[in-house]
Amino acid sequence: MLDIIDLNIEFHDHLVPETVVYDFDLHMEQGEIVGLVGESGSGKSMTALAIAGLLSRRDMQKRGQIIFEGKELLTCPRNELRMIQGNQIAMVFQEPMTSLNPVYKVGWQVEESLRIHHPEMSKEERKEKAIKTLQDVELDEAERVYNSYPHQLSGGMRQRVMIAAAMICEPKLLIADEPTTALDVTIQAQIVKLLKRINKEKKTSILFISHDLSLIRQLCQRVVVMQGGYIVESGSVKQIFETPQQEYTKKLIGAIPKCEKKVVTKKANTQEKTADTQDKTVAGKGGAQYGE
Amino acid sequence: MKYFGKKLAGLIITLLVVSFLVFAAFAIIPGDPATAMLGTEATPERLAALREEMGLNDPLMVRYGRWIANFLRGDFGTSYNYSMPVMDMIREKIPVTITLTVMSFLMVVLISIPLGITCARHAGGRLDRAVIVMNQVIMAVPPFFSGILITFFFGLILHLFTPGGYISYTVSWTGFLGYMFFPAVAVALPKAAMAVKLLRSSVISQMKLDYVRTAYSRGNGTKAVLYRHVLKNALIPVVTFLGSVLADMVAGSIVLEQVFNIPGMGRILLTSISNRDYPVVQAIIVCIAFLVIVINFIVDLIYKVIDPRISID
Amino acid sequence: MKKKKSKNFIIGATITGIMLILVMIGCIWTPYDPEAMDVNLKLSGVSLSHIMGCDNFGRDIFSRVLKGSGTTLFVAVGTVFIGSFFGIVIGAFTGYYGGILDEILMRINDALFAFPSILLGLVFISLLGSGKYNVIVALGIAFIPSFARIVRSEFIRCKNMDYVRSAKLAGAGDLRIMFVHILPNTMNVMLSSIMIGFNNAVLAEAGMSYLGIGVQPPDASLGRMLSEAQSYLFSAPGYAIFPGVVLILMVLGFSLLAEGVKEN
Repeated sequence: MLDIIDLNIEFHDHLVPETVVYDFDLHMEQGEIVGLVGESGSGKSMTALAIAGLLSRRDMQKRGQIIFEGKELLTCPRNELRMIQGNQIAMVFQEPMTSLNPVYKVGWQVEESLRIHHPEMSKEERKEKAIKTLQDVELDEAERVYNSYPHQLSGGMRQRVMIAAAMICEPKLLIADEPTTALDVTIQAQIVKLLKRINKEKKTSILFISHDLSLIRQLCQRVVVMQGGYIVESGSVKQIFETPQQEYTKKLIGAIPKCEKKVVTKKANTQEKTADTQDKTVAGKGGAQYGE
Repeated sequence: MKYFGKKLAGLIITLLVVSFLVFAAFAIIPGDPATAMLGTEATPERLAALREEMGLNDPLMVRYGRWIANFLRGDFGTSYNYSMPVMDMIREKIPVTITLTVMSFLMVVLISIPLGITCARHAGGRLDRAVIVMNQVIMAVPPFFSGILITFFFGLILHLFTPGGYISYTVSWTGFLGYMFFPAVAVALPKAAMAVKLLRSSVISQMKLDYVRTAYSRGNGTKAVLYRHVLKNALIPVVTFLGSVLADMVAGSIVLEQVFNIPGMGRILLTSISNRDYPVVQAIIVCIAFLVIVINFIVDLIYKVIDPRISID
Repeated sequence: MKKKKSKNFIIGATITGIMLILVMIGCIWTPYDPEAMDVNLKLSGVSLSHIMGCDNFGRDIFSRVLKGSGTTLFVAVGTVFIGSFFGIVIGAFTGYYGGILDEILMRINDALFAFPSILLGLVFISLLGSGKYNVIVALGIAFIPSFARIVRSEFIRCKNMDYVRSAKLAGAGDLRIMFVHILPNTMNVMLSSIMIGFNNAVLAEAGMSYLGIGVQPPDASLGRMLSEAQSYLFSAPGYAIFPGVVLILMVLGFSLLAEGVKEN
C-alpha cells in the first residue's frame, strides 16, 4: 500500500544545506501498524510530514519516492495530492490544543474533510456522520462536543476530536505524530487502545510515531528505529525487543523501566527517566553514526 | 446573553462617568453661567435671582442629575451666545459628523482587509515592500495636512471637487456624499495604513501556527486555509484596533470638517470653545463621547462573535 | 552580542538627528527674523535668499519653520513628560495595590479613553484658554490615561514575579519595590509607548494649532502656518508644503526610530 524508497530531505534555509532524513525506506501493508521511534531531531516527524504531503516549503528539497496506492506523491500535481490528503491519508498531531482552530466549533472542524472530499453530502448527512465518528472515538455526549469550541474540552477529548476529524473519511493510512506526548499517562493508554481498535475495525494502517518504546510495544507490529536522520534498525516488534542488533536500540530498550506494565501510576516518573537516559545515549554517540 | 448584559451594564456606567466628568469639569471652572448670560454689568440682585432660577445654588450632584435627565430627554441646555436651545443648533450637524466618521471607518475596513491579506500572501514581494514603505509615510502625515494636499491635487489641480463647495444633505444626498468622499479619505488614510500593517503581520504569524498544518493535512488549498481558517483568527487584533481608533477618527472628522469647510459638529465646537459657550461645548463633547462609547460597545459584541474564547470576565 | 542595527533604525535616527540639529539651530539663529514682514516679498516663491519662499506677510518661511518646529518639539516633549510622569505614578499605584482605588481610577480612565486625546485637549483648552503652556498642560493631562493603562498592566504582570517576591523577602518597602525593582523592568514597553506618545503629541499639537486653539502668535507653530497657508494654496503651494513636510519628517523619523528600537 505504501512504499517509501530512498527518501532524502534537505533544508536549504542556511548557507550549508542540511539533510534531516537520509535514505529512508519503508514498506507498509494495508491494516498494519508500524512504529517509528527515535528521539527528537532524529527525523521521524519530518518523514511523517513528507508522507502526508505537508513539507512543501520552497527552501527544502526532497529526493526519492513515496508511492501510495501506486501514486507517486512527491512528484504528483498539488491538486491530486490534495485529493488524497484528508481522504486517504490523514494525520494526527502532537499538540491537540494548537492543532485545532480556536475560533471554530469542533463539529465544523471534524466535518471539514467531508466538505472537501464529499461535497455531494448534505449538511444533515455530514452532521450525522460527524456525530457517529465522535462516538466512535469514545466521546460521550458527542452532540455536546460537536457544538463546543476546542478551549472548552480537556486535552484527551481534544486528541479524540483530532482522531475523529482524521478518521471521518475512513482513510487507508493514519499518520499519528506523537499523538500521546502532550497527554497524561492514563489518557495515553486510552488513546493507544483507541488506535488499536480503529485499526482492527476499519483496517486502517497506522504509522505511529513516538519516542516512547513502551507505547510502541503495546500498539505496533513492526518498528523502525531512527537516529540522526538514518534508519538504525527495523523489524518486527518481537525481533527488535528480543534480539536488538544495534547498540542504540539496545540502549533505548534498556531504558524502558521494567515495571511499566504493572504500575501505571509510576509511569510518569519512569518516563522522565527514559527521556534522561535517551539524552545521555545521544550525547555519548555525538550525532549520527549509523547508516544502512 | 449574560455577556451582553454585563457589557451593557459596563456601557451605562461608562456613559454616566463620562457625562459626570464633563459636567463636573465645566461646573468647577471660574466664572458662572449667570454672569456669562447677563454680562458683567448686571446687578448683584439680578444675578442672584438668575442663579436661583437656574438652580446654580444646588449641590453638584443635584445639578448633574437634573442636567443628565434633561440631556436624555433631548434638552441639551441653552447657548449663552445665541440664547437658543443647543439641540436646535446641533440637530442638523450630528448627521454630518456621523456620516464623515462612518464613511472613513468603512474606507479603513474596505482598504485594509484586502490589502493586508494580499501583502501577507505575497510577503517580501514587490507590492508588499512598496506598501510597507507607503504605510510608514502615510502614518506620519497628520490628517489635516493630507486634507490640504487632497484639496490641492484633487480640488485645485484635477478639479474633481470644488474646495469649499459643501452641499448639504438636505439639498442632495448624492452631492453631500460626493463632497464627503475626499475628507473621509483624509481621515481614513493613516488609520488604514495602521490596519494594513497590523493585519499583514497578524496573518503572517497565524500562518505559522499548528492548526494551519492541520488544515493542510485535510486537503485544503492555500486559499481555503487563508480564508476559511486563518482570516477569522487574524482579524481578532484588527477588530480591537478598529475599536480603539474610532475615537481618533471622530476627532479626525472634526478637524477635517475645518479643512474642507464642512458645517458639522466640529465647526460649532470650535466657535463655542473660542466664545466660551460652555453649554454647547459640554453637549457636543458628551454627544461625541456617547457616540464613541456606543460604537465601541458594538465592536465588543462583534469581537465576541469572532472570538469564542472571550469569556464574561 | 551586538546585532546589526536595522534599516529602520538608521533611517529614523538620521531623520531625527537632522531635525534635532535644525531645531537647535533654530533656537539660536535663523536666517531672518521670523517675525520680520516685508510687503514686497509677499507670497514670493522659492529663491536663493529665501529657500522656502515667503508667506502672506512676506515673512521668511524657512525661519518660521525652524522656530515652529522648535515650538512643536517643545510642546511634544512637555506633553509626554507630564503624561508619562503622572501615568507612571498612577499606573504604578493602581497596578501594584489594586483594590477599590484601582477600580475607581480605571473606570475614570476607561471613560477618558472614550475621548480622542485631541478632543480631551480641546476640553482642557476651553477651560484653561489657549497658548503654548496651556496646550502642554491640556495634552499632557489628556495623555495620562493611556500611559497609566500601559504602566498598570506592566505592574500587574511584574508584581508576582520571583524577583519581586525575593525583594520583598529581603525587606524592601513597597515604594522601593515599585520604583527600583519593577519600574526598570517596564522600560522596554515604556520606551516604545513614549515614542508613540511623542508622535501623537506632535500630531495633536499641530492639529490644535491648525484649528486655531493651540499655540498662539507670536509663537510660530507648524500647525498654525498650515492653517494660514490653506487660503493661499493655489498661489503659493510651497507655503503649505514646506511646513507640512517638516511635520511629516519629524513624525516619520521618530516612528522609524521606535520601530527600529522594537526590532533590536
